[in-house]
Amino acid sequence: MTLLSTRGLSKHFDGLKAVTGVDFDLEEGEVRALIGPNGAGKTTLVGMICGRIPPSSGTVQFDSADITALPAHKRILRGMAYTFQITSVFARLPAAENVALAARRRLQGDAVDEAVDDALNRVGLLDRRDEEAGNLSYGHQRLLEIAMGLVQRPRLLILDEPTQGLADSEIDAFKALIRELSAEATILLIEHNMSVVMETADRVTVLNFGEVLAEGTPQQIHENDAVQAAYLGTG
Amino acid sequence: MSATAKTLTLHLGLLAVLFALQFVLPAYHHGNLARIMVLASYAVGYNILFGYTGLLSLGHALFFAAGMYGMGLTIQYAGFTPAPALIVGILAGAVVAAALALLALRTTGVAFLIVTLMFAQAGYLTILYFGEYTRGDEGFVIQAFDRMLWGIDLSNPENRYFAAWGLFAVCLLLCLRLVRAPFGKTLVAIRENEERVRMLGYNTFAHKWGAMVISGTISAAAGAFYGLLFGYAGATFASVQYSIFPLLWVLLGGAGTVLGPFVGTLFMFYLIDLSSGVTTAYLLIVGVALVLLTLFAPQGLTGELRRRVWRWLP
Ligand SMILES: Nc1ncnc2c1ncn2[C@@H]1O[C@H](COP(=O)(O)OP(=O)(O)OP(=O)(O)O)[C@@H](O)[C@H]1O
Ligand SMILES: [Mg+2]
Repeated sequence: MTLLSTRGLSKHFDGLKAVTGVDFDLEEGEVRALIGPNGAGKTTLVGMICGRIPPSSGTVQFDSADITALPAHKRILRGMAYTFQITSVFARLPAAENVALAARRRLQGDAVDEAVDDALNRVGLLDRRDEEAGNLSYGHQRLLEIAMGLVQRPRLLILDEPTQGLADSEIDAFKALIRELSAEATILLIEHNMSVVMETADRVTVLNFGEVLAEGTPQQIHENDAVQAAYLGTG
Repeated sequence: MSATAKTLTLHLGLLAVLFALQFVLPAYHHGNLARIMVLASYAVGYNILFGYTGLLSLGHALFFAAGMYGMGLTIQYAGFTPAPALIVGILAGAVVAAALALLALRTTGVAFLIVTLMFAQAGYLTILYFGEYTRGDEGFVIQAFDRMLWGIDLSNPENRYFAAWGLFAVCLLLCLRLVRAPFGKTLVAIRENEERVRMLGYNTFAHKWGAMVISGTISAAAGAFYGLLFGYAGATFASVQYSIFPLLWVLLGGAGTVLGPFVGTLFMFYLIDLSSGVTTAYLLIVGVALVLLTLFAPQGLTGELRRRVWRWLP
């Protein structure tokens, strides 16, 4: 079943065409990587999908309903979760409260604490639960973002460059986490780290200058000349 | 002791001390404290919007005055007894806050401050415009015989202290309950990072609207009680000065702390009281004290206490 699809989705910032005419389909249960050079429009595209950024034109369908006109919070309530590229945790609140805020939307009372500890445990931050989020290392703040995403039990989890700033050991743990999560949720992953893409994604979409340049299995994308050219800047 | 037990002990302890003080305080301070408790209730209301939700309003005098005039005018002209008059005052504040919030919350930051200020000024001018009924700046006295609440004479200092204490206790416990509830925690998160809260699936507009209605309603309750207990309603209470006072009290006492509003109101009241006894240039002393506090305790007295000693303070 198609969980998410966009048709002709575009965003123009004044003269700048950040995203143009993107048709994008995501099957329920898949792990999709969205890659592309810096400034390709990846963050803008998922911003329009989750409602952070109003599109200039085009439509978004989620779970067979047109959600183009829905405000962000209502899309989230329908089962999307979004983690920010620029770490955006509540710096002055404890790590546990950061996750609890995400959990309380669907849970109440003691169930919140359980879900929070479970989510923190999965990203390996349980021993930091009472620390102020702002005092965590950058990598740990990234992991906290992920915990805030997965505690929502989303149907679609959108992760914007989650491994940026993580140490190699943390990246390995992250890959394992994605494989585990893929059983529960559809995952849309913006990622620059190719080893993460190759090892976790079922399919890969390449964005370049705001347009879909290619789409296929990690292997196909790896061997695609146009993609190589876009990344190496020889295209 | 758990954080919850400590919190309850501290706040109920303060209420117990305030209750007991009425039996020992000399008349002068007894009267002051009654006044401080009503004004601190106003500050508690202000703090919910400013301290916990992070919205800086300069229009709260509008809510305070809505409560005061809603109560006063119905007693004066509709022959209401205090209980229904208080209810009218509180409802008036709630309605005004609900309507103003719909407009003002379309803006943020400085624009929000200006919009609330403008509407409060409009309210002040409205009171002056209808001077025939409101008596404008001069105001009107609510006679002692109109201030009998269930057979209790509120012009009597003992009863007045008790009523002020009751109001303050309700406001304080309400605030404590609110900030420990999921709704209050969401408000704090909005203060810290609204965009993130929105992307967690919360309707932040609805939350801010709710915060403003609660804040305005508590402010109106304080205004209604102030008029009733001290037997007077006047346009000064609707002026910008009375929007700035709660901001100062909350800043001094500690924005975003439950006890801060009371501490700040008490501190400022006695600072003015004591310094005006020493010199006619008492405002200078007050100013210097404010500057020192902003320099050395930027989070306010209670905020500083939380930062240094009692991390669990709500
Ligand atoms: N709010 C904005 N106003 C104006 N231009 C913007 C805005 N947001 C993004 N852009 C521009 O749109 C283009 C696409 O940006 P976007 O952030 O979507 O790229 P990206 O693929 O996520 O890049 P990166 O890999 O660096 O995160 C860039 O040229 C960017 O400068
Ligand atoms: Mg990006």
